[in-house]
Amino acid sequence: MRVSLFITCYNDTLFPETGKAVVHLLERLGHTIDFPPDQTCCGQMHWNTGYHREAIPIIRHFVEVFRDAEAICIPSSSCVAMIREHYHKAAVASGDHAFVAEVEALLPRVYEFSEFLVNKLGVLDVGATYPHRVTYHASCHSLRSLHLGDIPIRLLRKVRGIQLVDLPEIDQCCGFGGTFAIKNADVSSAMLADKARHVLNTGAEVCTAVDNSCLMHVYGSLHRQRTYVRTAHLAEILASQGEPAAAL
Amino acid sequence: MTTPGTTPAAGLINIAPPQVEWPQGDFPTAAHQLLKDSQLRKNVRHATNVINAKRAIVVGEMPDWEHLRDAGSAIKQHTLDHLDQYLLEFEAACTAAGGHVHWAVDAAEANRIAVEIVRRHQVSEVIKIKSMTTEEIELNHALEAAGVHPTETDLAELIIQMGHDKPSHIIVPALHKNRGQVREMFRREMNLPDLGDTPEDLADAARRYLREKFLSVKVAISGANFLIAETGGVCILESEGNGRMCLTLPDVLISVVGLEKVIPRFRDLEVFLQTLPRSSTGERMNPYNSIWTGVRPGDGPQEFHVILLDNGRSAILHDAEAKQTLKCIRCAACQNACPVYRQTGGHAYASVYAGPIGAILTPQLHQTADGRLGDGDSLPYASSLCGACYEVCPVKINIPEVLIHLRRKVVERDQGTISGLFGLWNIGMQTAAAVFESGDRLRLAQRLGRIGQIPFVSKNDFIEHLPLMLSGWTQTRDLAPLPEQSFREWWSERSDRTSHE
Ligand code: SF4
Repeated sequence: MRVSLFITCYNDTLFPETGKAVVHLLERLGHTIDFPPDQTCCGQMHWNTGYHREAIPIIRHFVEVFRDAEAICIPSSSCVAMIREHYHKAAVASGDHAFVAEVEALLPRVYEFSEFLVNKLGVLDVGATYPHRVTYHASCHSLRSLHLGDIPIRLLRKVRGIQLVDLPEIDQCCGFGGTFAIKNADVSSAMLADKARHVLNTGAEVCTAVDNSCLMHVYGSLHRQRTYVRTAHLAEILASQGEPAAAL
Repeated sequence: MTTPGTTPAAGLINIAPPQVEWPQGDFPTAAHQLLKDSQLRKNVRHATNVINAKRAIVVGEMPDWEHLRDAGSAIKQHTLDHLDQYLLEFEAACTAAGGHVHWAVDAAEANRIAVEIVRRHQVSEVIKIKSMTTEEIELNHALEAAGVHPTETDLAELIIQMGHDKPSHIIVPALHKNRGQVREMFRREMNLPDLGDTPEDLADAARRYLREKFLSVKVAISGANFLIAETGGVCILESEGNGRMCLTLPDVLISVVGLEKVIPRFRDLEVFLQTLPRSSTGERMNPYNSIWTGVRPGDGPQEFHVILLDNGRSAILHDAEAKQTLKCIRCAACQNACPVYRQTGGHAYASVYAGPIGAILTPQLHQTADGRLGDGDSLPYASSLCGACYEVCPVKINIPEVLIHLRRKVVERDQGTISGLFGLWNIGMQTAAAVFESGDRLRLAQRLGRIGQIPFVSKNDFIEHLPLMLSGWTQTRDLAPLPEQSFREWWSERSDRTSHE
């Protein structure tokens, strides 16, 4: 299959390793990768912060860039949630019927990365080896917007050498929330302190998730506390074939 | 019980100046102060954990829970779409049953009507059933100003009243207090130096104190959970039974009710009597469910008033995207589920409605007629948009969606002012939007970012301090610097390589 990647502005700029892992993995599974170079951002930051007028051109740009894609795979559940929950509304608000129709046509082709593997490609065992103690953080969007359920866990269970440990209070938000972490830095930090404590209590070497935004937040605290726990996007674990956990 | 040598002040309550210091300022500032109160945070965490666990069990028992949520949501939506019609139907039915219906456009008018009724009966005391609506309009202040002393009969409300405190939760207003703190308050305020500290001791003290009120006070004031348009009935759900005492013993009953509390038919209650108790207190059913329809000679209050309160609600009704706010049945499940509320408790919201529902309701209740948000406009940002509130809401209010809608209103209002237009946030967001216009611009911005970050990267190759509005991040979190190569750069390098091979 020809898979179009939306790597997201965030991953592109801050976590290129995740994008590379997605490419390596999908190629290993025999697919052709297309990375439309004019892609930028899904518009989530602007939309969620209330800058809707500014978000609409970003949304239009996304739709134009991916208009002809067969399937769009996105390694970020919050960006997929943005697209699924708000694009239609934004298009309707713009009053442009052609835009609404294009959004409607695009939505069924948008997949979050782990959902793409399991629901679209029908694979659970992607041939990964990752001999580490790992805990999985369920991000809010993966849990409550995309309803991914245990899809990521099922993928992880098939990884050779992995030792999976449950994260206590898995359904609690890490406190990132985009601009929330800045606008309400104190509350965000208090939520993060709880999350980081739970991660440490699992004794895991690596904390993984399907969102690098949460992982950046959790790692921010783990690093400040001078712990040795690392974070890695699910794609990096699934792409791994036994090499040491990718260092940040 | 009275200690020799001390004289209890009026009605056993010591009129002491408030000792509680409430946090001031917008949400982030108030939250900053409250986060330092570790006892309060422990109390809030403990109480919400207990309620959430109970709720999960009793909701889990219901195979049709999602259908009940849909049904509750649909009934409320339908009612809001025809609110004028159902309110008039209620007024007609209530009046026919012997009640009096008053319409109050705002808090001042509602208070004036209530005080006038009380004055007409020449009493100096009233008893109150727990009601957030009367908290919203600060009826107790209005009564006191008119020389009438209100006594709260709900145990938690009584604790709040005796502590000169404010409610911090819709269902459990004193949830930020623990038993030890309540005991101290009762000892002081009821002059009971020997009071024990078991739950029974505390309940006993309150019961003795309240029983005297129930038997002697002639006027009671309540809110309501539901108004039934079809029958003109007023419905109250409660756990302690103190409300029922107020509904039956006094001569006069006044119910202050928000416009949105009406439901069309008696049988619509079927849905809410299942969802409300399970969502709010984790009970299968409330121990006391009372429906009050008009007056009957020789049975219960002989005079009955309903004050229908607008106080900003009709403005919400006219905002198509925010209208769903009014579906709320005040169960507080969203408060208990909210990770922000769970850290700060309710006082940070500076509103009787705290937590996620407060974050959307409060700024809207304060909005001006032209739809501009008033006080509390930091509240729509007091959420990480994690969605836990929407997941538990028994009437399916999409709170995150309304939060985002209100954020848009704040941004558009601020962009209409010079300071907002040239504010850091607006400039930052405009710049980012311009960067996202094309892949080339993003590539350029990534390059500039790598240069711009150099002064902030510490010796250990991490970012530990950031300037201006970003400084909040580095209070407790480090940040990895931008990697040397972005994904798009890697990709184009790789494509170049493969195309040259
Ligand atoms: S918004 Fe929903 S969950 Fe929150 S108090 Fe209202 S009905 Fe309950």
